[in-house]
Amino acid sequence: MKSYTDKIKEIAKRLLKEDKVDMVIGYRKGTVPLMHQPFFATSEGEVDSFVWDSNCGLNLANYITDRKERIGIVATGCNSRNIAVHVVEGKIQRDQLYIIGVPCQGMVDRHKLAAMAEGNIASVEEDEDKGTITISGQGFSKSVDKAEVLQENCSICVHRNPVLYDELVADEVTEQTREQADPYARVREIEAMSPDDKWAYFDDLLSDCIRCYACRNACPLCYCPQCFVDESNPQWVGKSVDPTDIRTFHLLRAYHCAGRCTDCGACVRSCPVGINVRDFTKKLEKDCLELYGWEAGLNTEQRPPLDTYKPEDPEDFIK
Amino acid sequence: MKVIKIDKNEWASGLEKLRSAYELIGPVKEKFYHAFQSLESGQQPDMDYINTRVSPKYVIYPQSELILECSLNENDEDYKIYKEPEKEYTPKAILGIRPCDADSFSLVRRNFDTEEYKDPYWLRAYASTTFVGLACDQPCPTCFCSSAGSGPYSDNNLDILLADNGDHYLARVLTEKGKKLASAAGWSQEAGDEADQQIEQKKQEAESAIQSSVKTDKLASQSLLDLYDATNAIWEKEAFSCINCGTCTFVCPTCWCFDVQDEVAGKKGYRIRNWDSCMYPLFTMHASGHNPRGTKVDRLRQRFMHKLKYYVDKYENGIQCTGCGRCVQLCPVNIDIRRICNMLNSYDPESCTCEVTAS
Ligand code: SF4
Ligand code: SF4
Ligand code: SF4
Ligand code: SF4
Ligand code: SF4
Repeated sequence: MKSYTDKIKEIAKRLLKEDKVDMVIGYRKGTVPLMHQPFFATSEGEVDSFVWDSNCGLNLANYITDRKERIGIVATGCNSRNIAVHVVEGKIQRDQLYIIGVPCQGMVDRHKLAAMAEGNIASVEEDEDKGTITISGQGFSKSVDKAEVLQENCSICVHRNPVLYDELVADEVTEQTREQADPYARVREIEAMSPDDKWAYFDDLLSDCIRCYACRNACPLCYCPQCFVDESNPQWVGKSVDPTDIRTFHLLRAYHCAGRCTDCGACVRSCPVGINVRDFTKKLEKDCLELYGWEAGLNTEQRPPLDTYKPEDPEDFIK
Repeated sequence: MKVIKIDKNEWASGLEKLRSAYELIGPVKEKFYHAFQSLESGQQPDMDYINTRVSPKYVIYPQSELILECSLNENDEDYKIYKEPEKEYTPKAILGIRPCDADSFSLVRRNFDTEEYKDPYWLRAYASTTFVGLACDQPCPTCFCSSAGSGPYSDNNLDILLADNGDHYLARVLTEKGKKLASAAGWSQEAGDEADQQIEQKKQEAESAIQSSVKTDKLASQSLLDLYDATNAIWEKEAFSCINCGTCTFVCPTCWCFDVQDEVAGKKGYRIRNWDSCMYPLFTMHASGHNPRGTKVDRLRQRFMHKLKYYVDKYENGIQCTGCGRCVQLCPVNIDIRRICNMLNSYDPESCTCEVTAS
């Protein structure tokens, strides 16, 4: 997306030149397909390696936690919401940030594309006019509609435009309504399962987990100096690949994200074995919306519902 | 060296014959990706696989391994006395392992099998395993084995090397272990005189299909402290995106670090060793609370200095990496060991610069 890339570079250079910020956080082109790298530029020369396209799926809010500099940061809808969560939770000051807002057109799912390829993907091309993605490698080349290979969270996203920004790189994109996107279809499917089927479903979901914690570490919400799974005194969770310990990790982590998760998908994108850990967080997101009318990161004033108490909080669901 | 010809239907029937004597492990397509797995009766390895996400090191060195156990029942004579559990080391065969993955066991051996210390678990598992390799005719864009001491037709640490030749494999039987397996499977057809030449030609084609490489010629002569201190030129910028997830170390065939944990279940105590990772803050956390590698920059530097400098200096036998490309493909934030290796190799302490090239 050349127009976005050019505009990002232009803004970043201006911010550095006018000494408005100490660094600008964006993405530089990855050394392998589908993988752009979070990167910070402190000079105009470094800004030249910035890039923008459908492979910028890591959440940059992850990189501003507790930083002291004045930071320019590129932010999509979901990334801007995570920045808002960070501001609410005191992990960064709003006035330290210059947010370069990106009206987002969604990120492609690297796991889906890898599964489709008949070999290793050597290159990925995006045709903006036709809306297609072409992957190719030794002996194969395949074009698909981008819509078909969007990350699942992007295909159901209802906040593509940044909610918080200082400047936009392009006009806002049209948002889909919640009715059109039907973001909780998958959650409803799981909710409708019998307890045995649910058990089998989650057992299967986590069966490949190698407990590397990439999902946790890629998530901007997981900034605790020491995660409960790493504590050794007391030790809450065993450290082997015992299935009970793996489930405990995932369930507890999901609860720690309740009312804070923006469904950015960075957790799933970073999982080396492609586990859809959003199955946990999406359910909690749905509950927060239905029970408290709450969506994470839409403003910088209000704390998430599980973080506060109000006498008039709804409670009819507490049995 | 003897080359035998194994027709593909003989391959399948031979594997069935092996089952009585070996546990067979091979690449199998899971939900999205291939993984090495124990093959059930009748199940064939998928020899058309490209690469597995997690390396087969777990066969010799499991992610969680029970090393001792004890009774926690006060009435038992051996209450709280740790003992080695009964373990069977039945013969195993890893089928279709890639040459780079096989080579990794010789690198890792330098850690588990030394003059002063012999790791009994690793050595026993290794001794009971036969390695049947499959040469790579279609290297991935991220494979750089040829410049990392291995190669698509390397037979290092293999007992048999198979080369796919259409409707049959040409197999080099390299060791006694390999001979034993081949005869148990009933593979004995001599391949004929031209086989060696055919393999040689395929080897050259495969080697020229490798697109990626690292430069390592100057690593040994670089000053360790200069590289360590190249914070501004290398470490800070390269570590920025790192999320310290440890994926790189978990998928790597040559990472060997572990942690030992005690766990209790019912009336039994277990001592388990688990893979650990230098990317985790806990890895170096002292009981006092001090952490000598307290930042992610320290931790990232450790991973790459270990693989590309400390190991090089200590063993004088190349880098601690076989070029399998897994960490390059799977790092969620695109930290690329090829790039960092080339930076370390070309670092000039006078000017504090590198010739950065990501291959
Ligand atoms: S979740 Fe929405 S804002 Fe975030 S990357 Fe996907 S489409 Fe863009
Ligand atoms: S990133 Fe994937 S494999 Fe790693 S801990 Fe999370 S779910 Fe498990
Ligand atoms: S849990 Fe996953 S989807 Fe939610 S904010 Fe964290 S990384 Fe994003
Ligand atoms: S280098 Fe990549 S894979 Fe390794 S810990 Fe850092 S982010 Fe994770
Ligand atoms: S360091 Fe990376 S490329 Fe080298 S052996 Fe390990 S996973 Fe493979």
